[in-house]
Amino acid sequence: MFEISDWLRTRLSRRMVLGAGLAAAGGSVVAAVGSAQEVNQPGYGGGKPHQGMAGSGHASSHGSSHGAMMTVGDVDEARNGFDTAKMLTEWETGTVSRLPDGRVLRTFQIDAVDKEIEIAPGVMFPAWTYNGRVPGPALRATEGERLRIVFRNFGSHPHSIHFHGIHSARMDGVPGAGVIDPGDEFVYEFDAKPFGCHFYHCHALPLKRHIHKGLYGLFVVDPDPERHPDQMQIARSRLLGTPENAEWQEFAMVMNAFDTNFDDENEIYAVNTVAHTYMKRPIPILRDRPVRVYLVNAVEFDPINSFHLHGNFYDYYDHGTTLTPTLRTVDTITQCQAQRGILEFSFKEHEPGLYMFHAHQSEFAELGWMSFFDVKEAVA
Amino acid sequence: MNETRPVAEAGSAPVEPARSRAVLIWLLLPLAVLALAIAWLVTANPLSRFDNGAPPVENLTFERTILSDGGIDLLVRAGGSEPMTISQVQVDDAYWQFVQEPTGPLERGETAWIRLPYPWVLGEAHAVKMITNTGATFEHEIAVAVPTPVANAATLWSQMLLGAFVGIVPVAIGLMFYPALRGVGRAGMNFLLAMTVGLLVFLMIDAAGEAFELAGEAAAIFQGQAMVALAAAASFLLLMAAGRRGGTPAGLTLATFIALGIGLHNLGEGLAIGAAFAAGAAGLGTYLVLGFTIHNITEGIGIAAPMLKKRPPLWTFPALTLLAGGPAVLGLWIGSLAYAPQWSALALAIGAGAILQVVVEVSAYLARSDGRGTAALLSWPVMAGLAFGVTFMYGTAMLVKV
Repeated sequence: MFEISDWLRTRLSRRMVLGAGLAAAGGSVVAAVGSAQEVNQPGYGGGKPHQGMAGSGHASSHGSSHGAMMTVGDVDEARNGFDTAKMLTEWETGTVSRLPDGRVLRTFQIDAVDKEIEIAPGVMFPAWTYNGRVPGPALRATEGERLRIVFRNFGSHPHSIHFHGIHSARMDGVPGAGVIDPGDEFVYEFDAKPFGCHFYHCHALPLKRHIHKGLYGLFVVDPDPERHPDQMQIARSRLLGTPENAEWQEFAMVMNAFDTNFDDENEIYAVNTVAHTYMKRPIPILRDRPVRVYLVNAVEFDPINSFHLHGNFYDYYDHGTTLTPTLRTVDTITQCQAQRGILEFSFKEHEPGLYMFHAHQSEFAELGWMSFFDVKEAVA
Repeated sequence: MNETRPVAEAGSAPVEPARSRAVLIWLLLPLAVLALAIAWLVTANPLSRFDNGAPPVENLTFERTILSDGGIDLLVRAGGSEPMTISQVQVDDAYWQFVQEPTGPLERGETAWIRLPYPWVLGEAHAVKMITNTGATFEHEIAVAVPTPVANAATLWSQMLLGAFVGIVPVAIGLMFYPALRGVGRAGMNFLLAMTVGLLVFLMIDAAGEAFELAGEAAAIFQGQAMVALAAAASFLLLMAAGRRGGTPAGLTLATFIALGIGLHNLGEGLAIGAAFAAGAAGLGTYLVLGFTIHNITEGIGIAAPMLKKRPPLWTFPALTLLAGGPAVLGLWIGSLAYAPQWSALALAIGAGAILQVVVEVSAYLARSDGRGTAALLSWPVMAGLAFGVTFMYGTAMLVKV
């Protein structure tokens, strides 16, 4: 009795010429040696719900409502030094002063730091960060301001900040123009324009590695209402600090991913770094106030990413550089690498509850880029 | 010498304790140096210069896969330079909740069950990927998902029947040629013995190849290749020594050794088949089982050959059949219910060593009983027998090689 194991080890179709036979467990050998033409396959139980799934140990209530497809455990936000729940609304506005000509000079301080971060419960990633967090700080300025970004490199490799905006070649953050060695400092200076939802990232080489290691962030330039007299109200609603803007529930979301074993494929996908973080802690939103999401795709290795909202539709402003939507009433948008935009929607007409949003690349969703809005009644 | 002897005798009483003390000191001294070296390594950490910041080496071997209504259970064995932690588990590129038993980091060589409540699909392929705390990933492919056999009466009975058809039945049929073969002359006898050697050589190559292949799947700490070679050598030497205690084996003794060698081979094969079932590698067709039966009939003839000049009691025939074929059943049971590649490799290696012993002994028996010594080994009936034995096995193996 030789070769049988070889034979069995090969991948075979059960419907092969050798005929039907004995399928492992209940398969009766009588069928194999005797009558034999009937496949004896004890069923798995097909579509019937899985006993083990819903009740399994680590499932949170949200997790169990979506089966057991979820990471196990919790991320230590304190050790990470950043909290994904707070990250959504943390805008870095820098320090403000006046230039001699009266213009606003806004100064940001950004340091590149090597740091090990927890990107899924128990999974550590040796990241390169801006200011110790991934994504880097969500910078926010107003159209027309002079921006000064003081960048210091405390990392182990040369780094830079390359802004997606309008600036001179000298300020581009590419090799020869703002890529600095460890221990060095560089000051990027340019005007805040055009208004929109922008992106910044390290442009040291090799580019893929410097980006996917964690050196990227949101860079939002609010429109100056004075420059848009025809759409002043809309512009004011976009301008951080105005009463009109305070009506909105604004969230900073960076779609990112991590290649933990460095095989140029991502193991973890997320919004704001931690897999499934907003599944386990849904984002609370008040039903009667509009929602605005500043969204950027910082994923490496995969050409596109997407944002799909359940049970609702939204208006989309590609790059955020317009005050009228570039797409109206959609529930899914795609973004290629570094593409970004603004989503505006409302749950005013909805009943409260958990509304899912996720990449509609199912693979990304199942590897961590899946989230919930928890729509609530306003508290009196 | 004569002068010194009395002196030595006179001084023997005080010298002996001194001598044993010296031995004791010379025993303790190297051990004390070892203890010092360990203490220095642990406390002063002089090798810290080698710590280049690289993450620890990690290795994970998947030893068993069990598919049931409850989902997928995997037995994994850690082989890292430091204790390693399984942080997350993906099934088919989706994170899935799991329970690890026992929990906590896995020491080098330690095993744990990873239990996944995953709704697997009958007959389809699944891939499990485990991510450690360092981000390293380890993948395991379930080629064809079928429920893993469980130890109940029906399963054991089916497997026994299968084992009987591929192990016991052919040996019994082969042995039934015994009365017909008794009348053969010297040339015929030489042909039959040489055929036995030929089929045994085939079995040995088969078992050794299989053992090395399985050893490659085993966790690194088992050092599969060395384990297989050493186990085969040990079983060969042990059986040679045991067999030669009462002179060179002949007749029923030799037949018993042949049956034992074939039995050990069949045990290893049974383990592998059982494991393939457990892993859901495939179903089994009628033609395949029939192929095995024909393929293995020569094993019975081989066992019968050295007994042709004797008249062994009748009960020895079923006993030899069970010894040679029975382990197939045992192997199937163990393989499907408690499989690990290293144990199957070990069983096959022991089988290969045992078969080598029988090859040597049957050749010796042939040379001796022929009367011409080693010259007989080069006679044409022997050459023809060898060729027939190997060719028959190779040819019938084509029936089952898919």
